[in-house]
Amino acid sequence: MPKVLLDWFYVAVFAVVGTLMAVLPLVVVWLLAPRADLPQKTITYESGVIPFGQAWAQFNVRYYLFALVFVVFDVEVIYLYPWAVVFRQLGTFAFAEMLLFLLVLLVGLAYAWRKGALEWV
Amino acid sequence: MPWLIELLKAIGLAVVIFTFLAVVAAMLGVYLERKISGWIQARLGPKHIGPQGLLQTVADTVKLLQKEHITPRHADALIFNVAPVIVAVAALLDWVVIPFGKLGDRVLVVRDINIGVLYFAAMASVTVVGIIAGGWSSNNKYALLGGLRSASQMISYEIPLALGILWAAMVAGTLSTVGIVDAQVRQGSWFMFKLPSPIGWFGLPFGILASLTFLTAATAEVNRVPFDLPEAESELVAGYFAEYTGMRFALFQLGEYGEMFGMAAVATIMFFGGWTEPHLQPYMWLLVTLGCLVVAAVILTTGLRQTLLVRPILMLAGLGLLLSLVMFFGTRAGLSQVLPSLMWFLAKMFALVFFLMWMRWTYPRLRLDQLLTLSWKVLLPLGLLNLLATGFVLTVWGR
Repeated sequence: MPKVLLDWFYVAVFAVVGTLMAVLPLVVVWLLAPRADLPQKTITYESGVIPFGQAWAQFNVRYYLFALVFVVFDVEVIYLYPWAVVFRQLGTFAFAEMLLFLLVLLVGLAYAWRKGALEWV
Repeated sequence: MPWLIELLKAIGLAVVIFTFLAVVAAMLGVYLERKISGWIQARLGPKHIGPQGLLQTVADTVKLLQKEHITPRHADALIFNVAPVIVAVAALLDWVVIPFGKLGDRVLVVRDINIGVLYFAAMASVTVVGIIAGGWSSNNKYALLGGLRSASQMISYEIPLALGILWAAMVAGTLSTVGIVDAQVRQGSWFMFKLPSPIGWFGLPFGILASLTFLTAATAEVNRVPFDLPEAESELVAGYFAEYTGMRFALFQLGEYGEMFGMAAVATIMFFGGWTEPHLQPYMWLLVTLGCLVVAAVILTTGLRQTLLVRPILMLAGLGLLLSLVMFFGTRAGLSQVLPSLMWFLAKMFALVFFLMWMRWTYPRLRLDQLLTLSWKVLLPLGLLNLLATGFVLTVWGR
């Protein structure tokens, strides 16, 4: 097997074995722990009060604007990874190119900032 | 059949690493957390089970194994059950790329994947998926708020974290964890104090800034105080795992502590030289010895003797004394490696973990808007500018 494939083979084995080892204590609990069916026990916890409605209600996620900006910057960071690895071999041209790219993004950040996307609404 | 051997090796390593996480990260980690919290608050912490309370978390685990699993009536049972497993497995997967040390020419690492640190960042954010799943599926208001806060934290601190990683990758010229440590050996300095090429001491701020960006983002990424909003116990009871009982709760803890140790390990690798020994002149080690002696003398001769906090500080001073003396004589004797590399790696990792636990009792929790502001208006511009400046320096003066 080529090395790269072997690397990911290990990761896959780790994922499978990890899942098994994480489930193992749950099985032990299933065998060991007592079980008693009391209706009060499965009530949702709300500091001892009978819960008022469900938690799955309409909810205002106030940071959604941040989430939009996040998408832009997360993608940008992915582009930066290959650049960071090879830029020493590529020299000045690669740096200038990335400088331009980052400047555009910084302007974008400044725009979002100015427009109030980075404010808590 | 070579693949069968590899399969057995992989399974063996997975079991070993999982056990390491359960024993060192989760059990020892929780014990240290409680003990250090106790010391900082001038109380003793766990002390009854085992010597100095060392077996407290073992006893707790045995207790948790006998506790009933309760799935709330209104919860989404499937996702509710899967979430803790996701968190624990993600923490385990982090450790695939972490090199523990060097034995002769062999690096003690599961796999030296060529995109190591990128892989680590990816796996670290898988944890958040488990956290959000747990928070949402509980159908509990506290848990939902915890999950949502965790999501906000992830979208904010993922990028500063990546910028810190990028900085190290840029200076090292590789993404492999082993390669980054080797680059620090080759360039003759830990990246924390890396002076990019011949600009001398003017290069100092770059490394410090990058490592601080990374450490801040890493603290937020593992939900530690001052960024522990998802599980803020005074506001949300336990946040996203408020509904979890028994061993499922323990799996969340395992994931969380595994992640914390993982972040400390990666910070060690990227900025503190990984498994390598600090190469100081013999007299520098002697200065460390002197410093420890002075600290111990001050404590023992003044009123500080009567405070509770004194014991751990004395212990640390004693450890420093021993270590620096060994290093002094070792370097004097001209040894190239005085203490085993595994020990250095663990020492650096535990020092960072200790730092995180210390921070917990030093800073108050941020508000959610402050958290977002810190990330987007401070860390992100700083990280980007640092990246650009370092790139500039490396282009102009590098090579």
